[in-house]
Amino acid sequence: MNRIVERFARLEEQARKGFVVYIGAGDPNLEATRQLALEFDRVGVDVLELGVPFSDPLADGLVNQLAAQRGLESGTTPAKVLETVRAIRKDSQIPIVFYIYFNLLHRYGFQKFITDAAQAGVDGLLVLDLPPEESGNYESMMRAAGLCVIYLVAPTTPEDRIELIVKRGTGFIYYVSREGVTGMQSKVSDTIAQMTAKIRAHTQLPIAVGFGISNPEQARTVAASAQAIVVGSAIVNQIAQHGRSKELVPRVAAFVKSLVDAVKK
Amino acid sequence: MSVIASSSVPDVQGHFGPYGGRFVPETLMHPLQELEAEYFRAQQDPEFQRELQYYLREFCGRPTPLYFAERLTRDLGGAKIYLKREDLLHTGAHKINNAMGQILLAKRMGKTRIIAETGAGQHGVATATVSAMFGLKCVIYMGQVDCERQALNVFRMKMLGAEVVPVTAGQKTLKEAVNEAMRDWVTNVRSTHYILGTAYGAHPYPVMVRNFQRVIGDEARRQILEQEERLPDLLIACVGGGSNAIGLFYPFLEDESVKMVGVEAGGLGIEPEKHAARFQGGSLGVLQGTRSYVLQDENGQIQLTHSVSAGLDYAAVGPEHAWLRDQSRVEYTYATDDKALQAFLKLARLEGIIPALESAHAIAEVIERAPQMSKDTLIIVNLSGRGDKDVAQAADKLGIQMPAM
Repeated sequence: MNRIVERFARLEEQARKGFVVYIGAGDPNLEATRQLALEFDRVGVDVLELGVPFSDPLADGLVNQLAAQRGLESGTTPAKVLETVRAIRKDSQIPIVFYIYFNLLHRYGFQKFITDAAQAGVDGLLVLDLPPEESGNYESMMRAAGLCVIYLVAPTTPEDRIELIVKRGTGFIYYVSREGVTGMQSKVSDTIAQMTAKIRAHTQLPIAVGFGISNPEQARTVAASAQAIVVGSAIVNQIAQHGRSKELVPRVAAFVKSLVDAVKK
Repeated sequence: MSVIASSSVPDVQGHFGPYGGRFVPETLMHPLQELEAEYFRAQQDPEFQRELQYYLREFCGRPTPLYFAERLTRDLGGAKIYLKREDLLHTGAHKINNAMGQILLAKRMGKTRIIAETGAGQHGVATATVSAMFGLKCVIYMGQVDCERQALNVFRMKMLGAEVVPVTAGQKTLKEAVNEAMRDWVTNVRSTHYILGTAYGAHPYPVMVRNFQRVIGDEARRQILEQEERLPDLLIACVGGGSNAIGLFYPFLEDESVKMVGVEAGGLGIEPEKHAARFQGGSLGVLQGTRSYVLQDENGQIQLTHSVSAGLDYAAVGPEHAWLRDQSRVEYTYATDDKALQAFLKLARLEGIIPALESAHAIAEVIERAPQMSKDTLIIVNLSGRGDKDVAQAADKLGIQMPAM
């Protein structure tokens, strides 16, 4: 069974909320990414979302743009991120999703990337700029490989599109909790509960909410109206601060643990 | 031939064969669908068309002349050369045709804020102009490098009341300006219309921009039939994103006898990171909303580009051009920085017209081709913009100095 599906089934059984972490792969280098993945697993993170660095990340705010830049500077390529997942799989079964821009897949070869990702131990792909209308046989290739197709729903998505998207997505639905690029904000949007209820009306898939959650209090608030929350930029920001210091992994893990605890308790 | 301009291309999702489409984050999907619906309604609305015609004529100065370049023709000794004088439009380039169309659309949609990217600054100036004229707030994204090399246009935009935001990411040119404009749009999409300046990006932009620019070719076709009583043999235009070229070419696509050449920026020569000739060094990719030819490395990262012309200095090309190339309907070539600078000077000295450096790339191709064509053949070249913005940079490159004071 796919690790994402399995994890959300278990969370439901236990009546617990899920916690998804986003980091940029290769920031500051891929060995740090591997170590962070193992620590995240240990502190109770349910899904690791790895951003594969792209030169032109137009859906990302400054924090994640800079992470992608550091990832590229450390020599990170899609093939090397796959290698890192293989290395993580020696020690951990944490569910892993790639957050990736379409051109990287396109260049690698669509079918080849999906096959290689499944073999490396990736569990799902979130292709930022590949809406269902353009997906062609992507969804069937993903199904055949046993990978989850993660689609986004945005505040601007009308109800008929929500219906279309939830039919095509698998694993979980990712609700983007604000209009804008990725990044932190001081106040989370107050329309979240309304939108997750709308999504819920059309699907039984778990709903994860992300974009803009940066502290334990916000995490707790948002978790009330979803099955899982996603925190990205706030953690990426910690990685940027600690950079290549030896303290990087324990410091970031401690920060993540505080968020996980807020959601799980 | 008819398949090229037929109603099945692009398809309803904006695909030109394998090119085009709509590759954007979910937040933009519905706004793009709304834009598409409103655009096609406006296109069918006689009142909208009347209003657009009125402003194109009375405010922008259409029709532009199709001018016989007598001395250039004599100098080159071959084909008769006609210049389509888009440089004479208000604001100095063809960009205003599209900016005017899109701002009328933005008004129809009740948008209160306008954003745009710009490379050379011509599209930014056109957008700032129509925003001032209709009293809408305007923000222009422009790469830091381009702000420096096209400083005159930065001042013009500011005079017109626009906010100019220099973009410092990446190589600080047009591609980064588009990224930043798209980020703004994702964030402010309910109040804001994004006036994309070229025949690029997610559907409906490539079709919409082409249709707002086809007035160039429609006029040129009528004018050449009046003046020469026959169709031209060759059309030439420069291709950055490709809006001036598609605007000239489109109305002639079904005229089989008319050959067409698009000229990309050859920069310092066709080596990685030294040029912006996507059909020379590029490959199929997906960038900024559409699938087309893209300059990228083996991992799919977008490569650096170079051109003396900020307006052509871009890593991808409009999807309809990729399609027309596949159909062998349009030939694509390139002109280097040096050839473009020589052409810039030649047109100034022979015809008294200082072209934009972008348009100078098209003139460079005329200089190559005209002498090999017989005297009874006709070339129309799109003089897409004027070169006032480029004189400081060109003087520097050509070693032209101020007289001693």
